Amino acid sequence: MNAPASGGLNSIPALLARNVAQHGNKPAYREKEFGIWQSWTWSEAAAEIDALAAGFLTLGANAGDHIAITGRNRPALYWAMVAAQKAGCVPVPLYADAAAEEIAYALDHCGARFVVAGDQEQVDKIADIRDQLHELDHVIYLDGRGLRKYDHTHMTSYADLQEAGRKADQTAEIEKRTAALGPDDKCVMLYTSGTTGRPKGVVLSNTNVIETSRNSAEFDHLKAGDEVLAYLPMAWVGDFIFSIGQAMWTGFCVNCPESAETMHTDLREIGPTYFFAPPRVFEQQLTNVMIRMEDAGRFKKWLFDKYMKVGREIGPRILDGEKVSGMEWLQYRLADWLVIGPLKNTLGLSRVRVGYTAGEAIGPEIFDFYRALGINLKQLYGQTEATVFITQQPDGEVRSDTVGVPSPGVELKIAENGEVFYRSPGVFVEYYKNPESTASTKDAEGWVATGDAGFIEEGTGHLRIIDRAKDVGKMASGALFAPKYVENKLKFYPDILEAVVFGADRDYCTAFINIDLTAVGNWAERNNIAYSSYQELSQHPRVLETIRAHVAEVNKSVAADEMLAGCQVHRFLVLHKELDADDGEMTRTRKVRRRIVEEKFDDLIAALYGGKSEIYTETEVTYEDGRKGKITATLAICDAVVDASAQVAAE
Amino acid sequence: MKDTVEPYITDDGRTIGGVLMDMRNITLRFGGVEAIKDISFDIREGEIRAIIGPNGAGKSSMLNVISGFYNPQEGEVWFRGEKRPPMKPYQVARLGIARTFQNIALFEGMTVLDNIMTGRLTHMKSGMFWQALWVGRAEAEEVENRARVERIIDFLEIQAIRKTPVGRLPYGLKKRVELARALAADPKLLLLDEPMAGMNVEEKEDMSRFILDVNDEFGTTIALIEHDMGVVMDLSDRVVVMDYGRKIGDGTPDEVRGNQEVIDAYLGVAHD
Repeated sequence: MNAPASGGLNSIPALLARNVAQHGNKPAYREKEFGIWQSWTWSEAAAEIDALAAGFLTLGANAGDHIAITGRNRPALYWAMVAAQKAGCVPVPLYADAAAEEIAYALDHCGARFVVAGDQEQVDKIADIRDQLHELDHVIYLDGRGLRKYDHTHMTSYADLQEAGRKADQTAEIEKRTAALGPDDKCVMLYTSGTTGRPKGVVLSNTNVIETSRNSAEFDHLKAGDEVLAYLPMAWVGDFIFSIGQAMWTGFCVNCPESAETMHTDLREIGPTYFFAPPRVFEQQLTNVMIRMEDAGRFKKWLFDKYMKVGREIGPRILDGEKVSGMEWLQYRLADWLVIGPLKNTLGLSRVRVGYTAGEAIGPEIFDFYRALGINLKQLYGQTEATVFITQQPDGEVRSDTVGVPSPGVELKIAENGEVFYRSPGVFVEYYKNPESTASTKDAEGWVATGDAGFIEEGTGHLRIIDRAKDVGKMASGALFAPKYVENKLKFYPDILEAVVFGADRDYCTAFINIDLTAVGNWAERNNIAYSSYQELSQHPRVLETIRAHVAEVNKSVAADEMLAGCQVHRFLVLHKELDADDGEMTRTRKVRRRIVEEKFDDLIAALYGGKSEIYTETEVTYEDGRKGKITATLAICDAVVDASAQVAAE
Repeated sequence: MKDTVEPYITDDGRTIGGVLMDMRNITLRFGGVEAIKDISFDIREGEIRAIIGPNGAGKSSMLNVISGFYNPQEGEVWFRGEKRPPMKPYQVARLGIARTFQNIALFEGMTVLDNIMTGRLTHMKSGMFWQALWVGRAEAEEVENRARVERIIDFLEIQAIRKTPVGRLPYGLKKRVELARALAADPKLLLLDEPMAGMNVEEKEDMSRFILDVNDEFGTTIALIEHDMGVVMDLSDRVVVMDYGRKIGDGTPDEVRGNQEVIDAYLGVAHD
């Protein structure tokens, strides 16, 4: 690897010391408490951290010990992570909402000797599992409410520990341990969420974190004076990079909300300049705005529609630095003054300079909405093993269907089967106590498999993720088959709740579609369409017509993609029941279980590939109390409009 | 045991002190109807005291006697070792007794914050004139009282609705706001009139936790009326059972549960 350009700043504590020297009196952390934004400067934060680090030493913390941290985002917990590092220990943030067994697994796996817990809820969880944890020595709690009567032989409050630390003179020992932190030492250990099998402890080194923070901060010109809102789980790698890595590297201020429920109010009060949110947060905000506009007076609605249209046309172009005519500029200013500005203010996004979303596909209309407001919303693609960043979108090259170009320092490689591999300074050290998994994920040359299939777009160099690698197949013609890619496009329509696309080893693709009862039911009500059941509504000719139009549009957009043109949906049917976790058709986190759906509805799939125009079917369903029943239905099978131009070109 | 009782420590480590309020031979009549017949009981410092009984047993009347809203025809009310003369409700409030109501009595158009601030009224000394001008002591007082109120908002976890008008809140939250307002008065004795009425299981659990926490954290003495037997038995240190205006039982939840008269009157007839 090249010599790191971080200038001898090899650890988070080293960065902290630099920030104290450079920005000593500037705010480093804020938290809303008792209705007021309390703030701490870098010097004050460093003093708190030192006291806690000394406290850890008085408890007998040895260099290399793991210190688990669990609770909602609060400055004191961020300090606990840095204090752990100053004491030569490794912080292990855990998900605050994890169940006791999950926490037990992680604590046992990492052999944590100390836990810093946010409040009684977390302390209780640990108390439940304490007898399974032989290495756990001491619990430190932050909010003492309800804990007064607990047995304190192995428990101390955060403030008391700091006090003990201040009294005991540990400065020399702390300095020694802090100075010993090298670039290859462990910076943090983060547990992956573990959708498949047991969670794995991802070990990140100081170099991983600092290099990645440096690269990404430079990429987006982050600097001291920026503001972020820290509201995503502290155990998630993204939060660690945004709220600790980048904050320490650039010296910007981390703001913690008062509680999870006040996040939107706090967002508005702080007005962050750098903001990250998963697609569902943006989706929820947009839905709220739209619902409230539906209820607004006619004039306001008219004003909103008119100027949002202007925003949609001109906003993204201004963002991308394209030239707009004087007239257009003037129109946008007017829209900004009347609608866009106030709306952004309400959403708390007035000052956002850089906004990111990641995690899942974001609907183009959601994306366009925020870009129309002039919010520089971009996508990134990453994972814990990469210390977040694999690709990200540069300013001026933002689209909803790509995840951007490789982040600085990242190399990409697409394998034969389409799987994306990367190599970067952020590549993790290892999975803790799990050499087999480390070896199967990371090869000797440092390439890491993402498990996602994708391709690099010709011309722009942007990466496009199409699906999980294991779901991607080939059609009979040899064309690429990526069901999720098409399903996501279908699901962006509010009418469509779920879609399952078939086509592996077939001549053409077909689809099952689930309508969204809320959206379609609402539409039926407005159009005076009577229905007595989900089943009846799903087979209503006008509903089928609407879905047919959606499928045709999706086909058109799929056809625009040369590589995926074969994935157009030729025939589809609307299912008579919602896919349900109780029937085993979905996971509890609402992901479709493709194999089970395929087996259960094999008669329907046969009909889609046969020439029939309707099919009679019987389906077993499980009610919530566990009883089983049977529903019967005759389903119409519809032919979809296929974009022929691309079809010809592909063949 | 009237005036000399030994403080003791409960199983969960709270200290129960001397007698805070002593009701001696209270009889309350409305015309010819005797709502309360010769009832005596005491409330000790730091305890959670429940009054239970079937509909029409006289529970609310009893609470109204404690709060000074009704003056009993016979009997004496002793508070903190002194006999309490008949008083106006605001005088009782100044003594350090605060209450919540069975059918929520909040100012619907005002925000949660403003509602809770009204609970601090007895602690504000500056007059309307100075408050309107917002100078001198008025400002300092407001800041100080707001800080107190914010502690309570934090304690009851209602930060998210701080600025929401009370009228827009669901029932369970309104109950919590009412508790907040009563707490804002820094009461020595907190009276809760059916704090869980009309709540779902989850709201009841939340409310129970808050009642216990208030008692534990602020050491507030609490007297409550409640219908939900499960809640009463779990929450309270001692229970008074009333039926047709008479006291038919008094003691710890276990003692009361085993009392045959109580079982017959309220819990249903025991089967062999």
